[in-house]
Amino acid sequence: MDRRKFDQGNYFRGIPTAPYDLIKEISIALVVMLVVVLALAFVLSSPDVPPVTIQSWAHAAPLDFLETATTELQGSSFTADYGPPYNDGTGQVQTLGPLQPQVWAGIHQLVDAPQADVIGPLQLASVGRPALRAALSQYQQASSSQQQSWLDAYAKLLPRAHVSGLQVTVGPGEDGPLNTMMVALLADARSGALDALLMHSGRFYETNYTQALLFLGDGNYFANLASKLKLNGSQWGMMNETGSYPGQSWLWLYTLWYQLPPFNSAGNADLLVVLVMGLLSTLLILVPFIPGLRDLPRWLGLHRLVWREHYRFLNERSRQRR
Amino acid sequence: MLAAAAAIKRATLNADPPTGSEESDDEVGHSWTVFLRRLIQRELPIEHMLPAREPAYVGSWVYVFGVVTIAALILVIASGMVLAFFGPQWWNVSPQGHFFNSLHFWSVQMFFVFMVLHLWGQYFAQGWRDGRAATWMVGVVIFLASVVTAFTGYISQQNFDAQWIAVNAKDAVNVIGAGAFFNVLNFGQMYGLHIVLFPLLVVGLVAFHVVLVRRRGVVKPPEDAV
Repeated sequence: MDRRKFDQGNYFRGIPTAPYDLIKEISIALVVMLVVVLALAFVLSSPDVPPVTIQSWAHAAPLDFLETATTELQGSSFTADYGPPYNDGTGQVQTLGPLQPQVWAGIHQLVDAPQADVIGPLQLASVGRPALRAALSQYQQASSSQQQSWLDAYAKLLPRAHVSGLQVTVGPGEDGPLNTMMVALLADARSGALDALLMHSGRFYETNYTQALLFLGDGNYFANLASKLKLNGSQWGMMNETGSYPGQSWLWLYTLWYQLPPFNSAGNADLLVVLVMGLLSTLLILVPFIPGLRDLPRWLGLHRLVWREHYRFLNERSRQRR
Repeated sequence: MLAAAAAIKRATLNADPPTGSEESDDEVGHSWTVFLRRLIQRELPIEHMLPAREPAYVGSWVYVFGVVTIAALILVIASGMVLAFFGPQWWNVSPQGHFFNSLHFWSVQMFFVFMVLHLWGQYFAQGWRDGRAATWMVGVVIFLASVVTAFTGYISQQNFDAQWIAVNAKDAVNVIGAGAFFNVLNFGQMYGLHIVLFPLLVVGLVAFHVVLVRRRGVVKPPEDAV
């Protein structure tokens, strides 16, 4: 049909019409919707589980906190070896054949995990703490092989650490200055200082939580809490909400792929799922032009039920004309 | 500055000396303003935008979904404006704020429920027929834009849900390279997008969608069942 020559008069000729008040309809819909939403808000409220802080993590799971901080310092954490856009690691880089958009896009939110999560905060907190300053200095002046040796030793000691209340005691070992550093880091975390230190940028205002959230995400404590709330990926987490509230249920198809093979075991599952969803979204946009997809509703014939009055009228009229 | 302002005036005011008489639109036909006015008058006549009569088949319940979706969107925007006025932390610390968040939350749920019903309704009605493909395509883009808008809202909540969604969603965003400029862990960026740019996009697309619907009227039922 020629777009320029479209004429509603011609198009609707012979179609019975009825008075129609568009503004009244939207006004009534608005009032009804307001009543429904007010009732839901009053009766059901909305979910709001408080956020996890570094402080609450360090209090609830001090060993997990220390183990995570150690992996950050070792450069072996999820974040430390992530890859773009945070650093030049390769651990979380996903590709599909020659397709590697993550690498092409490059590093844009630089996160140097050992410096950002441990060394940097401890340097800021070492003012007036000579023991910590000396430990930091010893660590930083050591060769990288020496640092790695201390880190390996400390990582082996941690699982056998004695936890008593707020006290975490790591047994003696060849861990050099690490115990002093980590005890200080845990103390700062428990006081709440580390929450602020992880956000430190040298500016007064800060709204970018990349570093702190990545650190939090590297620990098991955060994931265990999410698992209890049924928010993990294998639990259809992206469309779930805390409590019994509906979440982003419109992401059901996106979430579905993560439950099915080969996506649920693929190393590049995120890339595969995003590509599949991109393809499906494009198909949905282009439905009017895709034979089969555009014909399916005609074959199913649901419109005959929706417009049964209209078809009854047309049949009646054609019978009268005959 | 003054020279630039004078140049703009020279380009927009008729350079001919005033004749003292009113010129007709025909005489200023090269005017961009007149061109736009004529385009609107031709393509979007007011009787099509706000009709007093509609085809009788529009009485079917299936047509209610689109209107109810717009009603829900109005409530989403209104409750969102109250939340934006008092700031992102207000609803976490105040009962009044929590109530407005509940209004926002349920409005969003209703918006999606009825938008999806509207989308399915139009699919089974084959609403793209008779030159209405653009209307369908814009409608699907509205759905996709709304998903992204809601997503930025979920990660702007400043609670556990926001933290968890952001940490998990980052991987899907990063693998396609979008993480380079769309950092879901950056609260400031996500909040700004959620309360300004994405709502503008959704509302603008919805307005365009409604204009497209009104411009051609509601598609006729296919005649295969007659």
